[in-house]
Amino acid sequence: MTKLYDLDLVTLHEKLTTKEISATELTKATFDRIKETEANIDAFLTLNEEKAMQKAAELDQAGITSDQPLAGIPIGIKDNIVTKDLRTTAASKILANFEPIYDATVMNKVYQAGLIPVGKLNMDEFAMGGSTENSYFKTTKNAWDQTKVPGGSSGGSAAAVAAGQIPVSLGSDTGGSIRQPAGFNGIVGMKPTYGRVSRFGLIAFASSLDQIGTLTRNVKDNALALNAISGYDKKDGTSANLAVPDFTAGLTGAIKGMRIGVPKEFMGEGIQKEVREAVEKAVITFKELGAIVEEISLPHSKYGVAVYYIIASSEASSNLQRFDGIRYGYRSENVKNLEDVYVNSRTEGFGMEVKRRIMLGTFSLSAGYYDAYFKKAGQVRSLIKQDFDRAFEKYDLIIGPTSPTVAYGLGENINDPITMYMSDILTIPVNLAGVPGMSIPCGFAAGLPVGLQIIGKHFDEATMYKAAYAFEQATDFHQQKPTILGGIAE
Amino acid sequence: MAISEEQVKHVAKLSKLSFSEKELHNFTEQLGEIIDMVELLEEVDTTGVSFMSNVTENLNVMREDVSEPGTDRDELFKNIPEAENGYIKVPAIMDNGEAGA
Amino acid sequence: MNFETVIGLEVHVELNTNSKIFSPTPAHFGAEPNSNTNIIDWSYPGVLPVMNERALEFGMKAALALNCQISQLTHFDRKNYFYPDNPKAYQISQFDEPIGHDGWIEIEVEGKKKKIRIERVHLEEDAGKNIHGSAGYSYVDLNRQGTPLIEIVSEADMRSPEEAYAYLEAVRSVIQFTGVSDVKMEEGSMRCDANISLRPYGQEAFGTKTELKNLNSLSFVKKGLAFEEKRQARVLLSGGVIDQETRRYDEATAETLLMRVKEGSSDYRYFPEPDIPKFEISNKWIEKIRASLPELPQERRQRYRDQLGLPEYDAMVLTLTKEMSDFFEATLENGADAKQASNWLMGEVSGYLNSEKMELGATKLTPNNLAGMIQLIADGTISSKIAKKVFKELIENGGDAKEVVEAKGLVQLSDPAQLLPLINEVLDQNQQSIDDFKNGKDRAVGFLVGQIMKATKGKANPGVLNQLLKVELEKR
Repeated sequence: MTKLYDLDLVTLHEKLTTKEISATELTKATFDRIKETEANIDAFLTLNEEKAMQKAAELDQAGITSDQPLAGIPIGIKDNIVTKDLRTTAASKILANFEPIYDATVMNKVYQAGLIPVGKLNMDEFAMGGSTENSYFKTTKNAWDQTKVPGGSSGGSAAAVAAGQIPVSLGSDTGGSIRQPAGFNGIVGMKPTYGRVSRFGLIAFASSLDQIGTLTRNVKDNALALNAISGYDKKDGTSANLAVPDFTAGLTGAIKGMRIGVPKEFMGEGIQKEVREAVEKAVITFKELGAIVEEISLPHSKYGVAVYYIIASSEASSNLQRFDGIRYGYRSENVKNLEDVYVNSRTEGFGMEVKRRIMLGTFSLSAGYYDAYFKKAGQVRSLIKQDFDRAFEKYDLIIGPTSPTVAYGLGENINDPITMYMSDILTIPVNLAGVPGMSIPCGFAAGLPVGLQIIGKHFDEATMYKAAYAFEQATDFHQQKPTILGGIAE
Repeated sequence: MAISEEQVKHVAKLSKLSFSEKELHNFTEQLGEIIDMVELLEEVDTTGVSFMSNVTENLNVMREDVSEPGTDRDELFKNIPEAENGYIKVPAIMDNGEAGA
Repeated sequence: MNFETVIGLEVHVELNTNSKIFSPTPAHFGAEPNSNTNIIDWSYPGVLPVMNERALEFGMKAALALNCQISQLTHFDRKNYFYPDNPKAYQISQFDEPIGHDGWIEIEVEGKKKKIRIERVHLEEDAGKNIHGSAGYSYVDLNRQGTPLIEIVSEADMRSPEEAYAYLEAVRSVIQFTGVSDVKMEEGSMRCDANISLRPYGQEAFGTKTELKNLNSLSFVKKGLAFEEKRQARVLLSGGVIDQETRRYDEATAETLLMRVKEGSSDYRYFPEPDIPKFEISNKWIEKIRASLPELPQERRQRYRDQLGLPEYDAMVLTLTKEMSDFFEATLENGADAKQASNWLMGEVSGYLNSEKMELGATKLTPNNLAGMIQLIADGTISSKIAKKVFKELIENGGDAKEVVEAKGLVQLSDPAQLLPLINEVLDQNQQSIDDFKNGKDRAVGFLVGQIMKATKGKANPGVLNQLLKVELEKR
């Protein structure tokens, strides 16, 4: 029998509609695959086996038709997306036993599409981090090299897809948390435009930056998955009331005349040589495909990290106050009075990185510092957005590296927050401007994947997919596989 | 700007977090470094630049004033650490001046 | 040394929308704790707030009624603090762009009119309720969590507890007229915190203020402020200093008691609420809301004076509550004379409501039967004196005035053919009074009238009686 775990969504759909395989078989095979590889990858926090099998059986009973492109296909869900009756922890001790009583809007869309959620994926606690080492529960490993980090915060979502545990997953991206792990694991990760996908049911980290997106092993799969979860939601005031185009419509490979900018700030100091070279090669590929590629400048992008850490931490400090040990979540045993409920539950329930961000955020908002920090950051954010607006007057897309480096070793940066923060320098401006960004594989450095970041105009994911698909067709990076997925070690 | 341990203690108090002396020391140092990093922003001229709290271009998002019944109470209480007779239970509230409006 | 009192008030008013400000659960609370709450009210991880359109419009309506400017760009902010009845540990409120600002309201104390400036009117959500148990626990009910509120913040323009009382009365009246709230202090749909300080006359800088809480009725506000005014004066005169503190009013002793000392200003870490997009309020929208404002007390007062010819005092009292004012107007529509209706409402009706501690709506009196009764007085069917009996019947048991009068046999005797025999009967029995009258003692007439009234059980028409009596006396 074919290795089902290595197939793309279109092929799986074909096999399901022709009844070559049943949803039950596919789901069963998925859990087998997860169990076989999980000891190496450690991507899952909770498995949803019983309900997934039940769902698959229901689908088989009803029959899967060709107008349900994703029906019967297994999907993994990042553990900060709320799933009714399925433990949702945000990889935090404070929610270690939390059983949501409602489904996130994206979950309703997942169910409508007939996708089968097989489990919840590991992440940095509350999505704070870039290596998934900040999980309370376990350390996920890079699919290409299990001594390396998978990136983060959606490290579980990326490693599980890259390792063939699942063909598609949902992640969330606040400062690069989908794109960077996608890049580190050599897969396709899309952070859509802010407002494209409902945030209702996403455990908030930074409300003005968070966005749910999709991770897959190729571009078309990604477009299919994003189609399924996008759209207006009246329960999210920041969700965009816009029609969702068919993201697969433009996947023709033809991008002649497309105008692409490469910010010089993304290619300079601090970018690993091999990464820069891979991106330079990608530029050549785009030119060969007929695109017009020119150097541009995003002069304020270098302030992105500083702006981001103030804004994201400030919002987080407020968003995470609801974890107070009173209505749900962890409550300290060591409690003599109400103050203890608050302080001890939070002190024992949150990990160090989360506390660091809460502290930074609280400080930035506190009396006497608000103007110098929070307000200033909000103003520089306007300038960063203006940089993008200006660039997009002339260019259809912006490309550059996803991260300055490829995946680094487990434990390497864990005690160095600033180095860790700086590794988001290329992804953060995208969140600050609210524009869509994606990462696709564009090469290797010492056997580890390099991610190419493609940034689009507001609500123009279609053009990004179009270019990404053309690039994918012209290259073979996406066909190279980690050993765990049958690839041959270098 | 360096941040003092006293300031860190104050921020911890506002955040309802507590730290050991050693943690406090480390935090003071780390927060200081992070603050040094973000002070890079001082060099940006933001005179007349508008403050942006969200990139959303949505405006006047409202719902109709139609009421819906609440969530089933047993469901709401499903994850609660302590409850009694339909109430959320907490150790006695001593008014310590934290209450707002 | 003499001190000048400086008072500013913060008034919270619950808006009577169907649903909560940011979640769709009912905004009126059920009896069962936590029964009108949902995942949003509980601040479950992942939930988001969405603004209730009516709450925003009610906020605008109240702000316009209080003569405020509307902020054409307005947004919400988070006010961060931990408390068990505050499930997000932040309250969604408005900080630097309140829905309304720079308003005013006119008050009148001892015949002197004064404008009290209103700094701002902002929208926010109410918190839940904490119930304090006895065994070391408190209990939280989130039914009230998310009820829409407006906070009306005055400038420190009041100079006496009486002015504060008049301000609250005026604010209550205006809000009540707009219909956005039932503004009942006793039931908590209107709440008031008061800031009070003293300063020597002539000094410009304000003294240190204390904040009074637990002022659950208009009269408690006045009493609490009066107590605090004296307390602060006593402290200052004895060379002491006022601490910036929060004090609660104790209903039993009519004193204010220390609740907590304020440690500097609280650090609420306000910042713009990222989950709720901004609001752009167009002139068209403002004008639409303005056009929906009903006639407000001030305007009604003027109309009562200018068009109905009522005295200033009547106009003021009648417009204190919307209920009274609406009742008055309906009484007029039923054909009553304005001054007569005013007299009855301000006199007998108010007296009855006060002594019975009732609200007008809870009685059986209707504009129709009150107007009917006034008509019976006007056409001489009953005397004013009899009318009081009729009134008591109407307000307690209801019914039609005419039917009551007939059923109880209270019709006035105006027919000379019926009255003359009775008059002469009384005169026959009171020769002494006739003599007194002849000797110029007018008092005698009063006595005789009294006797005749007694004989008719008060039903004699006083006007007719007086006329007939005079004629009969002259004949003797």
